[in-house]
Amino acid sequence: MDDLYREIIIDHYKNPRHKGRVDKSDFSFEDENPLCGDHIQIELRVDESQNVVEAKFDGHGCAISISAADLLLDSIVGKSIEDLKKLKKQDILDLLGIELSPVRLKCALLSLKVLKAAVYELQEADDNLA
Amino acid sequence: MNVVKIKKDFPILERTIHDGKCLVYLDSAATSQKPRSIIQAMDNYYNKYNANVHRGIHLLAEEATQMYELARKKIAAFVGVKDSSQIIFTRNTTESINLIARTWGWKYLNEGDVILTTEMEHHSNIVPWFTLAKERKLIVKFIKITNEGKLNQKHYQNLLELKPKIVAFTHISNVLGTINPAKKMIELAHQAGAITVVDGAQSVPHLSVRIDDLGADFYAFSAHKMCGPTGIGILFGKKELLEKMPSFLGGGDMIKKVTFDGFSTNSIPYKFEAGTPAIAQAIGFGAAVDYLSSIGMERIFAHEKTLIKYAMESLPDIPGIKIIGPSAEDRGGVISFTIDQIHPHDVAQILDESGIAVRAGHHCAMPLHEKLHLIASTRASFYLYNTKDDIDELKMGLLRVHKVFN
Repeated sequence: MDDLYREIIIDHYKNPRHKGRVDKSDFSFEDENPLCGDHIQIELRVDESQNVVEAKFDGHGCAISISAADLLLDSIVGKSIEDLKKLKKQDILDLLGIELSPVRLKCALLSLKVLKAAVYELQEADDNLA
Repeated sequence: MNVVKIKKDFPILERTIHDGKCLVYLDSAATSQKPRSIIQAMDNYYNKYNANVHRGIHLLAEEATQMYELARKKIAAFVGVKDSSQIIFTRNTTESINLIARTWGWKYLNEGDVILTTEMEHHSNIVPWFTLAKERKLIVKFIKITNEGKLNQKHYQNLLELKPKIVAFTHISNVLGTINPAKKMIELAHQAGAITVVDGAQSVPHLSVRIDDLGADFYAFSAHKMCGPTGIGILFGKKELLEKMPSFLGGGDMIKKVTFDGFSTNSIPYKFEAGTPAIAQAIGFGAAVDYLSSIGMERIFAHEKTLIKYAMESLPDIPGIKIIGPSAEDRGGVISFTIDQIHPHDVAQILDESGIAVRAGHHCAMPLHEKLHLIASTRASFYLYNTKDDIDELKMGLLRVHKVFN
């Protein structure tokens, strides 16, 4: 329990740094986890060389999904869209610094799934990309 | 009721989890635990008389058939049904309700007909009706719930003026715990010319249900929520309805005669039991009703009432908790709640680390959660093996949840 609900997770859940909307976003996507109804929308703004200058998320969810979204967006500012396409499951787990059961893994990976759908400009989120 | 003794009947309750913590199982509304006698009854079938039912002319087949049919009789008696040919083995409550929609519904409903169900239903008493409504252009209406979480009986009576063909409702809500006045509702439905479909998944395990006396046309329940195995459930149907209904799945056992021109159906209940049934599970189900009968359903219900009363008094001390549904007097052993600013999945996860098993989510009742303006809730549910100590553990666990987030 102490592991799963590390201070950093509770902190990002209660005080998310990237919660909100982006004015005139260049990339955006939203999706939900039907199991628990968690809903995440991600919006990105990039500069002329396709580097992220602003990243925001909106929605609701459990501590794991919200803190994962916030930590993920924290880590991508300044990165290029091509960099984002290379993000993997392990990157999220490294950000959270915890191990997760298969069910909770879905919570943690929701934001990555949404981000991937946004940067690949998909119509539908793809589990295989996250 | 001697709960200490009862607990010893359930091998799984001796298990410790997460580094030696005792298992506090508060998820019986999802599925109950199984006593040793049920596991042994099924083992016994596989070890000693495993054979297919209804066709073999050998000893094992005869023994298996006898036990399978004995289970049907025991279950009929357990739910107050005199004629056991009205007891059909299905996979579960869900399949039972789908069977009605697919057979009676297909045969008797026509464009514009109205089906009534309620806002507190499990998806299994909504989706089959939606599916049928789409195919046959029917109208599905929902009986509203009151702020307290009971069915609005006035609204029900208003909706009956639409002359519905089916009234489908749950006997006990799997989220709110509300015990609905089934007998009265069935009477009113009949006066309006409707047939009734009662979802008994949460009632038969917890209180003495007498189906003949209730007057329900169809009544569905599952073994696995009442100490029995998964994979087997019951559809009770009134004989005169079952006999006129078309068959459901086609295949072996459900036929009287097959020729190159067609087939004629077997008599009830076999008409609705195509293919090799869940034999071990039926025998296990028979053992489950033996077990529950040996304790007594009135005593089990009274025990759960004591627990729910205790929980309803004790849990409001948790900061930020909101309990959903009616007062302890009007509910069975189910308590669903939310805690301010803490997602139910986080609540359940932290409780799990303390060895406490509860359920988090929408409990297959998304429309009800929408009505209550909730995304999800946490649910604790009780059964004959739970004690006040379990509720104290839950309370301490919830205080830990609060501490982690504050």
